Formats: sequence, structure tokens, C-alpha cells
Amino acid sequence: MSIDKDTAAKVARLASIEMDDAQLEKAAPQISGILDWIEQLSEVDTDNVAPLASVVDIDLKLRKDEVSDGDCVDLVLKNAPEETQNYFVVPKVVE
Amino acid sequence: MTELTDLTIKAALDGLKAKDFSAVELTQAHIDAGEAAKGLNAYITETPEIALEQAKASDEKYAKGEAGLLEGIPLAIKDLFCTNGTQTTAASKILEGFIPQYESTVTANLFADGAVMLGKTNLDEFAMGSSNTTSYFGNVLNPWQRADGKDLVPGGSSGGSASAVAARIAMGATGTDTGGSIRQPAAFCGITGMKPTYGRCSRWGTIAFASSLDQAGTFARSVEDNALMLQSMAGHDAKDSTSANKEVPDFASLLEGDIKGLKVGIPKEYRVDGMPAEIEKLWEDGIAMLKDAGAEAVEVSLPHTHYALPTYYIIAPAEASSNLARYDGIRYGLRNEDGEDLKDLYKKTRAEGFGDEVKRRIMIGTYVLSAGYYDAYYIKAQKVRRLIAEDFTKAYEQCDVLLTPTAPSAAFAVGENEDDPIKMYLNDVFTVPASLAGLPGISVPSGLSAEGLPLGLQIIGRSWDEETVFKAARSLEKAAGFSALPQTLNRKAA
Repeated sequence: MSIDKDTAAKVARLASIEMDDAQLEKAAPQISGILDWIEQLSEVDTDNVAPLASVVDIDLKLRKDEVSDGDCVDLVLKNAPEETQNYFVVPKVVE
Repeated sequence: MTELTDLTIKAALDGLKAKDFSAVELTQAHIDAGEAAKGLNAYITETPEIALEQAKASDEKYAKGEAGLLEGIPLAIKDLFCTNGTQTTAASKILEGFIPQYESTVTANLFADGAVMLGKTNLDEFAMGSSNTTSYFGNVLNPWQRADGKDLVPGGSSGGSASAVAARIAMGATGTDTGGSIRQPAAFCGITGMKPTYGRCSRWGTIAFASSLDQAGTFARSVEDNALMLQSMAGHDAKDSTSANKEVPDFASLLEGDIKGLKVGIPKEYRVDGMPAEIEKLWEDGIAMLKDAGAEAVEVSLPHTHYALPTYYIIAPAEASSNLARYDGIRYGLRNEDGEDLKDLYKKTRAEGFGDEVKRRIMIGTYVLSAGYYDAYYIKAQKVRRLIAEDFTKAYEQCDVLLTPTAPSAAFAVGENEDDPIKMYLNDVFTVPASLAGLPGISVPSGLSAEGLPLGLQIIGRSWDEETVFKAARSLEKAAGFSALPQTLNRKAA
């Protein structure tokens, strides 16, 4: 699978990473190369094989639905680049 | 008396108990050694004040006869574990200055057992790399050197941890292993590194790279020391639903057992094309050593080995692209304010905050998860992952552990393998399959290359059978008798 610059631009947009033309020109062939290499998986017959999402057969435990943590707004906001009145501040979204 | 920094953790615990020296003296010796070895760039953040305070508390515990399992042992902590009040960066610009307000379960367990934190070690950015050359905080160097004098990589991603333990500036260190990030640097630095079974240690508070693969583990200079550390770190944690609710065995007390009759599988597919003769010889030597100790070698087949790396390079980037979506400049970490709107803020923050390798993997992950490709890539990889895991299950019908080389070469020079990402990825050819299957694996230093650099052998076990892995590793350790020191240490002594 060959990735051209336009596809790389689309992927960068989906990933929310700003990239200029020069960076896209450089990234496209690198990603293409990796995808070409990955392509060898198509040789493997996986009909009738179920996907493996987790290697451990751990039963998820249920617990009582009660609050066990929280009430620590100060800690949550401690690393915020900008905060005010117990909120994170972001650029204006609605005009 | 030998230098305090040369002691194993076990010997140091004995010395502390016997009051041969204090925890403060032991910690101070490592802080001083670290100062002298700053050129390695093993730490992103040093925490000598915290260390000395913890050491003082440990001395009080010893005085009261209340010492914990690792009481007073100075350790280095990979800067992927969140430490309450101490900067945690994942070696990324995007997290520079991030001060966690909580403690990872693994470090909390270590500190509860009396461990002392010397600092936070350097790594590949977000643990993505095999050479520790992708850190925003600079390359880590390997304390080992070859004749040409070029700077060598310590391996990665836990390069700072491995380098620190090898250079005797920490007695042990935590690491994380997603595709080989403990075992490969341990091999490159001539120390022992253990990745336990997926689920043995809680991932809570460990910055996520690929959640279905990430597992915390240990570095130290002996198998026994690794066992002691793992015992402290492991255990069920309600905060991580993938952590196993299983008893943690007393690993360290189970090491010295006999390995007579142990069946050691030799996977034939690991004899890859172009394997250097010295790696092949190391492997043969290792087989002979385990046989001499009474084990039986059995050839086994892991037919899908060849597909492990491409499978890994779908699954790991896919999970990474999802995990790293959280770094958006809003709640913590870097924020780039140059943009016009919120979307711009995200894009510019991530462009500025992430390095090239991280961006590359996010892009690959985003692509393979995008509409129209999800089944062809991600689901396909998960299917092949099952086949790889089943290969191991079948092999373990014939054997108890597997013995393989840890890495296809000794440590290489900074800058080598940089031209082509795939060439770099091939470093993990022997470690990735066990990661995909979630199995425990340890690297034991077992010989020297022609250039005088350490080479490691890997022992892979069944799920939850770290005991047998440690026992086989201890046998190999005794037989190999690896005692060479990094050249930088020899020179200092001379």
C-alpha cells in the first residue's frame, strides 16, 4: 500500500498533528515503507481464527457502585496550562 | 570492604541488617557515583533529597527492626512511572514539567517495601525505540565501549535504567517492556532484566504506550535481585482490571532449585538469516550450560515467528495512537497558543510536543485504525497474534522454558540503524513474539562479543511461571559466570 502526500495529510489531520508540506513529503514514503513491510501478514491464512484482544484470561471483577475516589479538583487542575474557577480554560469554541 | 556501589541488592540488604553500613551511606555512595557518571545522561530528573530522606527513614526502620523487603535499597525509576510530586515526562517535550499528583502502583509498592528513589531515568520518548535515541532529553550512553571509542547506545526503550544499573549508579531499576524494552537494553548493558507475565504488575500510573502489551519489570545485576524487586512490584491492583488476582510467589526463595530434567525448548525459527556467528555461538554455549546443569534441550517450532514484528507494528502503533490522543494541551503538559482556535491548539501542541518517531507511530496507528483499513490491518494483526500465542502454547507441550538470544547483535553506535525505521525495529525480533503472547521473559548476560561487548540470552516461560524462568536463569547465570565490567568503570578503577 503506497501512501501519497495527500493521504499522509489526511492521516495527520485525523491524528491532530500539524505537518507542513516538507514534513508530509518526508513522512509519506516512510509510512509507505512500513506499511509495505507489514503487508506480508496477508500471506498468513487467518480464516477461522478469532482476533486476540487480550492475552490474559482474567475475569473482570464487579465491585459495588460507590464513590471510592474524587473530590480533588485542586489536584486535577494542578498541571493545567490554564485554569480558572475550577475549570480548564480553552480557546473560545462558540462565537 | 568492596565499594558499596558494587554490591548486589541481596548483599546490601545483608549489610544493612548487620549494620555494616547505613542506608544513608549506601544512598549517598550511589548519589556520588551518579554525579561522576553524568555523562551517561541516564537520568532525566535526579532526586537526591528524596533519596536521602527515604534512606534516613529506612535507617530508623532498621533500628526498630521493622525493615521491609527492599528497605534502604537505592533504585532508579524509569520516567514512565508517575511519581507523586516528582516530574514525570515519558522523555517527551509534551510532558516536560508534568508533576503527577498520584503515585503509580508499582512505585507505591516499592516504596512501601522501603526502596529509595535516586531519580527518574531517561528512555525513548513514550518508550518508543530500541536505542534510547528518541528522548527529548538527549541520548543515553552505554557504559560499555568498544575499541573504536564511538558512543554506544544502551538499547531501549528503558535505556537510562539499564545504563544506570550497569554503571553502578543504581542497585536496580524499574523498566517497562512492550516489545523488548527491558530485555534488549539489559542485554546491551550486560545486566539482567525481567519482563514478567502480562498482568503480573499493575499498569496503573504507568504512562501508557500499548496497553495490551505494556508490562512493568526489573533491572538488576543478578537474577536474585530481579526476583526480589519483582516480588515487591507485583500483585493485584483494583485500579487495573488487567492486573491478575493471583498469589505472588516468594520468587527469591525459589531460585536455587535443581533444573534436572527441565525441558528447554530451542525454537528453530529463531535461527534467522544473517545471524552473526558470535550470537549463534552464544546460543550454543547457553544450551550446553543448561544441559550440563541437568536440563534437556528439545527442538521446538514456533512457525509464525516471522510475522511477529509486522503484527507488533500494527498493534502497538494502533494502541499508541489511541493512548496518546490524550495529549492535547488542555489538561496538562505543553500547550502551544499560536493557533486561532481549539483545533489549531491541538494540532500545534502535538506537532511541537511529539518527536519524529512518536509522530510516525501515531500516524501508522491512525492509518491502520481508519475507516476502511481497520479489518485489513488491525483485525488481521489480532488474528495473527492469536496464531503466535498458540505457537507458544503448542511448544510448551514439549518443553518448560525456551532459550533464545535476546538481541540479534551487541550494542551498536549512536546513529547506526537510524536511516531506516525497519532496521531499528529488527532489534526486537527475538523479544516481540513473547510480548505478543504476554509471556514472562528474562535476559541474562552470558558472554562477550569479539569487540568486548556483553551479549544476553533470553529465557521465556509459560504464563504465570516466573518461578521456572528465574530458576533456569539462575542456573544460566551460575554457569555463564559473567563478571566483566563496563570499560568506563575499569578505567575509573585503573
